Amino acid sequence: MTDPSNAATGAAVTSTASDSVTAAEHVESAGANKPRSLASDAWHDLRRRPLFIISGSLILVILVMAAFPGLFTSVDPTYADLGRSRNGPSSDAWFGYDNQGADIFARTIYGARASIIVGLCATILTVLIGGTLGLLAGYYGGWLDGLMSRVADVFFGLPFVLGAIVILSSFGATGSSNIAQIMFLVVVSISLLSWPVCMRIMRSAAITAKQQDYVRAARALGANSSRIILRHMLPNAAAPVLVYATIALGAFIGAEATLSFLGLGLRAPVVSWGVMIADSRDIIRVAPHTLLFPAAFLTTTVLAFVMLGDAVREALDPKMR
Amino acid sequence: MGRYVLRRLLQLIPVFIGTTFLIYWLVWSLPGDPFAGKCGDRPCPEAFVAAMTAKFNLGDPVVVQYGKYMMNLLQGDFGITFSGISVGDRIATAYPNTIRLALVALAIEAVIGISAGILTGLRGRGFLDNLVLVTTLFLISLPVFVTGFVLQIVLGFELGWIKTTVSESPAPWGQLIVPGFVLGSLSMAYVTRLTRSSIAENRRSDYVRTAVAKGLPQSRVVGVHLLRNSAIPVITFLGTDLGSLMGGAIITEGIFNIKGIGNLVYRGILSKEGVIVTGVVTLLVMVYLLSNLIVDMLYAVLDPRIRYD
Repeated sequence: MTDPSNAATGAAVTSTASDSVTAAEHVESAGANKPRSLASDAWHDLRRRPLFIISGSLILVILVMAAFPGLFTSVDPTYADLGRSRNGPSSDAWFGYDNQGADIFARTIYGARASIIVGLCATILTVLIGGTLGLLAGYYGGWLDGLMSRVADVFFGLPFVLGAIVILSSFGATGSSNIAQIMFLVVVSISLLSWPVCMRIMRSAAITAKQQDYVRAARALGANSSRIILRHMLPNAAAPVLVYATIALGAFIGAEATLSFLGLGLRAPVVSWGVMIADSRDIIRVAPHTLLFPAAFLTTTVLAFVMLGDAVREALDPKMR
Repeated sequence: MGRYVLRRLLQLIPVFIGTTFLIYWLVWSLPGDPFAGKCGDRPCPEAFVAAMTAKFNLGDPVVVQYGKYMMNLLQGDFGITFSGISVGDRIATAYPNTIRLALVALAIEAVIGISAGILTGLRGRGFLDNLVLVTTLFLISLPVFVTGFVLQIVLGFELGWIKTTVSESPAPWGQLIVPGFVLGSLSMAYVTRLTRSSIAENRRSDYVRTAVAKGLPQSRVVGVHLLRNSAIPVITFLGTDLGSLMGGAIITEGIFNIKGIGNLVYRGILSKEGVIVTGVVTLLVMVYLLSNLIVDMLYAVLDPRIRYD
């Protein structure tokens, strides 16, 4: 995945060195267009992919849903009337009512926010930890690399669900009812168990980038380590991590739901898809709609992010074309 | 080869110690009274607290506790729970169920995943390829509990084709097929995609062209030359997956009520039986690390160009 970035940079260097040749090539290939950078090339390619258009618009809808749930429904998601408990879908409530008699459609719409927030925060934290450590390990190598890789192995060896359950139950998430604290714990436990993957991706990308000519050139010009890392290696090693982050965002939303389902993640006063699914667990036989609608939204969201990641990967990796 | 195995085994030791210590520390030394709720509504009697503190070395610093625990564990003694039940026995009855479940899941994901991958990898772009790609995307995004519940409702309650719960303790293989499918469905999608891209990449390689030019039958070209060379990433994935399937079986075992270690450890965590949790996790980590090692050994068998010196 780092090959395209090298190729793009290499092309840029030669075009300034020998103008005549590249000018001729451009007349042949792209008319008067300037040579595009990898990012704009990928963007150009992305815009025409049906996969990207579908997933992008889905994500847009979900984000609007998370930001302004009032646009989609005027029903209060926390208002419950036991008289209509477990009623199936009707024209009043498209998705029916849950065990407590709350409108499932409204809850599903409002549930997007918590799920998206947890997914986003967990992704950002994972990329920050894994990316930083991976970049440092890849750049400095030696004992630092060995130490960090072993620490990553330790966290990688823990099975995800098991590790998250142990962390969440040990840090007392079961007793607390503070929403922000539970959310924080869920985000931290997801990130703690996922950063090794991100670190490995970043590390191998950084090692490839480090051996390139532009890094040697920068060093020869007297650039210090922080400048080389931030200005030269980071932009060139970011592509694979970006792809990983997009897919991971979807996966983390699913992970949040799984943890809530086990009774360890977010809970009751919070409205989230995981909480709704957990609530439906004991009544699925009699009222399957309480599970199916939030699960459908959850699956669609995860699907949208995974699809987006796929599209971005193909756009950034010309070998796949 | 021997030296390589030795070096890898030595490398495993710090990772093993690190992971198990992390879990031990999380389970045992976090704030909170380990005896809270152990004796019903009353506080525990002094004698019980004293006996258990001595039994679990709770008076020692956590590193010493961990060391003593590991020494016992390496001699095959998993310890006893607060109520005096041998953890080793509990694991011995539960573990075969999980192994069976994981093996069924692995077999299903390998058979379906690899055949779908070969089929689409050989055909190239087309309807089938798109269908398989969309299906794998869909499988990747479906959370395990949704797959589990939907299959349980549809196949179990509505159609009556399967038993909805697997209650017998050495779980019969036949009843594990649907739970195994649920557990392996996510990895099946990854196996399909890995096989597909690996086959598609190797299909245009020189040795395949040579084999075709020699006049070898298609079955031999694909079955021997192409498959063997494309197998490495797939085998890597399947090998590392065995460990994660066992660790990830908690949810599947919960839905289908299979009495495996996932169930055991989940109840252990909820009832704060630290000995069960550390015992099971240690076992899982060991399986995970060893399966990784075996996978690395297999490389040399699959591809003689890879040597370990």
